[in-house]
Amino acid sequence: MDFLTLLQVLDTTIRLATPLLLACLAGLFSERAGIFDIGLEGKMLASAFLTAAVAAVTGSVLVGTVAGIGAALMLAGIHGLASITFRGNQLISGVAINFLAAGLTVVVAQSWFGQGGRTPQLSGNARFETIDLPLAAEMRDIPIFGPIYAELISGHTLLVYVGLLMVPLTWWVLFRTRFGLRLRAVGENPAAVDTAGVSVVGLRFAAVAICGVLTGLAGAYLSTGLQAGFVKDMTAGRGYIALAALIFAKWRPWYALGACLLFGFLQAIALRPDVIEGTLGFEVGVQLLDALPYILTVVILAGFVGRAIPPRAGGEPYVKER
Amino acid sequence: MTDQTPAIELKGISKAFGPVQANKDISIRVMPGTIHGIIGENGAGKSTLMSILYGFYKADAGEILINGRPTQIPDSQAAIRAGIGMVFQHFKLVQNFSVLENVVLGAEDGRLLRPSLAKARRELKELAAEYELNIDPDAKIEDIGVGMQQRVEILKALYRQADILILDEPTGVLTPAEADHLFRILKGLRDQGKTIILITHKLREIMEITDTVSVMRRGEMTATVQTAETSPSELAELMVGRKVLLQVEKTPPTPGETILEVENLRVVDSKGVERLRGIGLEIRAGEILGLAGVAGNGQSELLEVLGGYRKAEGTIRLNGEQIDLSGRKSDARTRRARGIAHVPEDRHHEGLILEFSAWENVAFGYHDKPEFNKGVFMDNAAIKADAAAKMERFDVRPPNPNLAAKNFSGGNQQKIVVAREIERNPDLLLIGQPTRGVDIGAIEFIHEQIVALRDMGKAVLLVSVELDEIMSLSDRIAVMFDGQVMGERVPSETDERELGLLMAGITDTDKPHSEAEIEANLAKTRASAAKEV
Repeated sequence: MDFLTLLQVLDTTIRLATPLLLACLAGLFSERAGIFDIGLEGKMLASAFLTAAVAAVTGSVLVGTVAGIGAALMLAGIHGLASITFRGNQLISGVAINFLAAGLTVVVAQSWFGQGGRTPQLSGNARFETIDLPLAAEMRDIPIFGPIYAELISGHTLLVYVGLLMVPLTWWVLFRTRFGLRLRAVGENPAAVDTAGVSVVGLRFAAVAICGVLTGLAGAYLSTGLQAGFVKDMTAGRGYIALAALIFAKWRPWYALGACLLFGFLQAIALRPDVIEGTLGFEVGVQLLDALPYILTVVILAGFVGRAIPPRAGGEPYVKER
Repeated sequence: MTDQTPAIELKGISKAFGPVQANKDISIRVMPGTIHGIIGENGAGKSTLMSILYGFYKADAGEILINGRPTQIPDSQAAIRAGIGMVFQHFKLVQNFSVLENVVLGAEDGRLLRPSLAKARRELKELAAEYELNIDPDAKIEDIGVGMQQRVEILKALYRQADILILDEPTGVLTPAEADHLFRILKGLRDQGKTIILITHKLREIMEITDTVSVMRRGEMTATVQTAETSPSELAELMVGRKVLLQVEKTPPTPGETILEVENLRVVDSKGVERLRGIGLEIRAGEILGLAGVAGNGQSELLEVLGGYRKAEGTIRLNGEQIDLSGRKSDARTRRARGIAHVPEDRHHEGLILEFSAWENVAFGYHDKPEFNKGVFMDNAAIKADAAAKMERFDVRPPNPNLAAKNFSGGNQQKIVVAREIERNPDLLLIGQPTRGVDIGAIEFIHEQIVALRDMGKAVLLVSVELDEIMSLSDRIAVMFDGQVMGERVPSETDERELGLLMAGITDTDKPHSEAEIEANLAKTRASAAKEV
């Protein structure tokens, strides 16, 4: 494998890791506040659809993205209502949201566009365009660093950079602000927050809302950045992989970046059978390659995570007692 | 005294939960700069009253005056603003946060954390110097002992400028030395002009530290008296409504043959932590062996092994016969058949099925006895009759076997469990925390039953974190610390101080020991106990 091929694979890695990263950070906010969210998948899917649909109709990806975030927020609101206000089971609520999104997106897409549950192909301003960072063309000729800058770092869409910037931002919010302290506390021991005179419900809704916005961005990127339009079930389990990455990352932002890049890399090499064949020296079945990220997810989670301690109050509705 | 404004005045507070009247027309006045005790049995309404004062519940009727001003307390925030701080029985701390972060939580100065933390660090230093509240601000809560955690709770309240401090059963989890330290802190706070309300069911604490005391019974305030002018027996009478024996009456033991022998018992839990590290014990017929120790030092594991639902290595002999400990040939049922009865420590999870009726609960563990069965069917009529008879003998109230176990009070639930186990006439009774959450009247009764069983020539292993209970019931006392037996003593030849040192893992009890040494020792083992959970 030559240097340029490696760069191409890594470039794909970054693109494929972005939706995982946004979803993973979304889950991080929610779960750090004690609300398990298995519905990342559904929220991404809903956003992917509505972003693509509104972008197709209005011709503006930004309007589409706002609509997509709105869709994800609405589902997040339902999750919040079920699991915070009505103290329902968070897993069941999340699963329900996934089913709702999987069904509703296809039905609405069919009745709206009549293209078999898809949205029309997007082009031009209805998609996120790639951004060339300054001096990318000029620096291309510098050995090693030039191609890395031009191929790998430059030339992604806006949401890729947003995703990467969210990592330090998430860290800062969680560990350097009052909101972050309270958010982490409410996921560990909501009674401590409550007796300190801070609203448990308010904090948890805030966390769920942030989760909605970030899954909204993840979904928008899927249908307008990574691909050009919505197709049925296009999230393809990314919400679950993001959850796996979250456990792998032990609920920490920087680890989350590492975990998502790893899973992104697995998906990237699955797209390049030629590279694998070149490296390993024998042919690997396409089906196996497609399954590889999922198989490795299982292997990694089973064997390499060590003891990951989730937020102690995670999954449990807060009931005030004496 | 009368011309002074009370720090807290409650007027006619009432609160009902459904049909249960938890507080009925309660009025008290607490003067500033005093320690006021509130004593009463479980369910007397002490905690409800304090929860109203801290904004957790809203009173149905009545008025709260803070420093003479009528004050509405709809939530905890309002209570904090009114200068009230509360130290709950179960601490409200975030385990993996530092002391500093816990103190600051909810009382930050701005949106950014660092300035708040820096300010709190400075203030903690001052508070520590002033009130003997020394603590490492950067230590994680999960790494420090229970006594320290309690100090963090007090610091939290003081950091929020609390002038009125409420402590709910603060000594339940402390060793005697730690409790003494707490009392010194409280007296220091009082001398600085703080008002302290101490909720407890322990008469000794009330007598030792309070200035005035209010007694609650069945939701009503039955009396408020000057502590100096009352006595423990008078308070007990006010609490229960009749004369009670505070001391267990028992004759000297007449130990017979050895019933239980435990040698080199080891237990490693699922996380690979050694919970029992070579336990050796012996109990004879007609003898009560009391097992003292701070909760979490292996007592529970020992009971579980003896009861037959935890695997272990080592040797256990009952009446000279070895018992299989691998879990393959012996379980809780075969242990019962061999004459081991077990009143588990946690009656809600191990002793009873709360949703099931009393008669079903009375049969559990013995439901396969021939007298309870007709062929393959259970003989429910026979079980019910048996349950009714046992409940009658143990004075369970109400004596209705059809009522679900959850509808009985703590004391009556415990009587159901004790009746089930003792009435089987076992050779060995394992009994864990027999009077936890049990009212004084029922305590008296249960203690009598345990002594009566001993006098019938049976062996009893009593596990309790209440040192008073161990001291008054046991014929011999063994003290556990960190999975080992630190030593055995005879009650008449020891005292709380010596047992307290053993409970902290210090065996050379003749020499003086500093509090810091005791604390360091306790933190070591409790940290590992906490990590297990």
